[in-house]
Amino acid sequence: MTKKRRILLLKVLVWIVGLAPLAWLVWRGFMNRLGANPIEEVLHHLGDTALVILLVGLAITPLRRLTGWNDLAPLRRPIGLFAFFYLSAHFVWYAALDQTLDLEFIAEDIVMRKYIVVGFAAWVLLIPLAITSTKGWIRRLGKKWRKLHRLVYVAASLGVLHFYWQVKADTYWPLVTTAVLVSLFLLRISTPASLSGLASSFSKRRRI
Amino acid sequence: MLIRKPGDIPSSEITPESVYINRRKFIGKSAGIALGGAAGAGAIGSMFAGSVGPAAAQVVGQRDWSGVRSELGEELTPYEDVTSYNNFYEFGTQKDDPVKNAHTLQPSPWSIEVGGMCANPGVFNLEDFIRPSAMEDRIYRMRCVEAWSMVIPWYGFPLSDVIDRAAPLGSARYVEFKTLNDPAQMPGQRSGVLAWPYVEGLRLDEARHPLTILATGVYGQDLPNQNGAPIRLVVPWKYGFKGIKSIVSMTFLEQEPYNTWKRSASNEYGFYANVNPEVNHPRWSQARERRLGELRRRETLLFNGYVDQVARLYAGLDLRVNY
Repeated sequence: MTKKRRILLLKVLVWIVGLAPLAWLVWRGFMNRLGANPIEEVLHHLGDTALVILLVGLAITPLRRLTGWNDLAPLRRPIGLFAFFYLSAHFVWYAALDQTLDLEFIAEDIVMRKYIVVGFAAWVLLIPLAITSTKGWIRRLGKKWRKLHRLVYVAASLGVLHFYWQVKADTYWPLVTTAVLVSLFLLRISTPASLSGLASSFSKRRRI
Repeated sequence: MLIRKPGDIPSSEITPESVYINRRKFIGKSAGIALGGAAGAGAIGSMFAGSVGPAAAQVVGQRDWSGVRSELGEELTPYEDVTSYNNFYEFGTQKDDPVKNAHTLQPSPWSIEVGGMCANPGVFNLEDFIRPSAMEDRIYRMRCVEAWSMVIPWYGFPLSDVIDRAAPLGSARYVEFKTLNDPAQMPGQRSGVLAWPYVEGLRLDEARHPLTILATGVYGQDLPNQNGAPIRLVVPWKYGFKGIKSIVSMTFLEQEPYNTWKRSASNEYGFYANVNPEVNHPRWSQARERRLGELRRRETLLFNGYVDQVARLYAGLDLRVNY
């Protein structure tokens, strides 16, 4: 299989996996399986999905550097955009259904409730990253692009905090996601790019 | 407050169960439609738009509850929602954990220990504990500290009945309740998410207030395990966490009981826990609430709408300090 085909196949896989949480939600909606508080259930599902996909996206580079499997690199964009999509849906659902567009209350939440402040900030931070995810923007921004896109770590941290600050007593899952995020960050800074350079030059040589 | 006995509803009002359509279905489908729209499949949603049925009617047991309303004219929360969306951390911290996990609880036989500063302490089996009291239906709003609410027809009797029988001493000022502590029956107690057993308490005047009841049922049926079988406290003007479930002891004290949520986070949960739209939770607003089954949030009412009955209990008390 050519490199192009492999990447295409992986991208199709990302789309299938990326749309699955949405499909599941729609199915549960139609089958009346969203429980007694469907607005909250959908809100949480969208938020959970956004956070998980964001963490999966952050795992790509460390994984690529550890395995030398460079075909993974082009998956960062669709994965990142899926995370942004679910986070945007989470925010829109919150504003439109959870708060029924009561702007006064939404504004109060965004300013006063610290978990909403950080959650909203995470979404705002991801907007420029989503916009500059195109090839044109990558070219135009050059080296600045990589710097800009490190903001994803800030957004993910805010997302985890947002999660942690809204649970009442059971902090198990917020702590698990914190541990995953910290591990990914440590992996990211401890697997230097040179390692992947070595691996990729090795695989190139082999292919010739 | 509306108090109805089962006999109040003529059988002619009973509607077949097939007519009953849960409002949840509508919201669930709206969710599906909205999400379907987001996915570019809005057309599917329109197929379902016509299927939203007539007003809810629901039969539980032998009785049709569809015409029953609270004293403020509010519809009851469907039985299915009341019994499947629960905070009962002894069976897990998710709302649907108790209904899945509470089958391990054995509510019969059950005994309750009455003790502390009272003239008639003792250990009573549940039947003897309940028998002297006249059971009645009480339709109350239930406002959770998490800003959602239900309207529930409880079945039970005034707590003051058992307090009178126990005859607390003059020095007793509070009553403390405890939930069963048995990880074999309550698997959630294997986690350290809260200190077990669950403890709650009331000031004695709150406990004697005629609105305060011990419930043994909902919708005229015995309490399902996930709702706190076989006997639980209901204090309708306080946040739901005050309504301790599966009670095994009741103790009269001079000192204020140290209730579980206060112990867990005293800056967020206090002893009083009176419903109050003016006093926010440190992390979220208490000004509004979602009544399950409704789309738009409602304004939260002071003392959950029971202000006329209970405000006198708190004359002179700073409700911001004593949250």
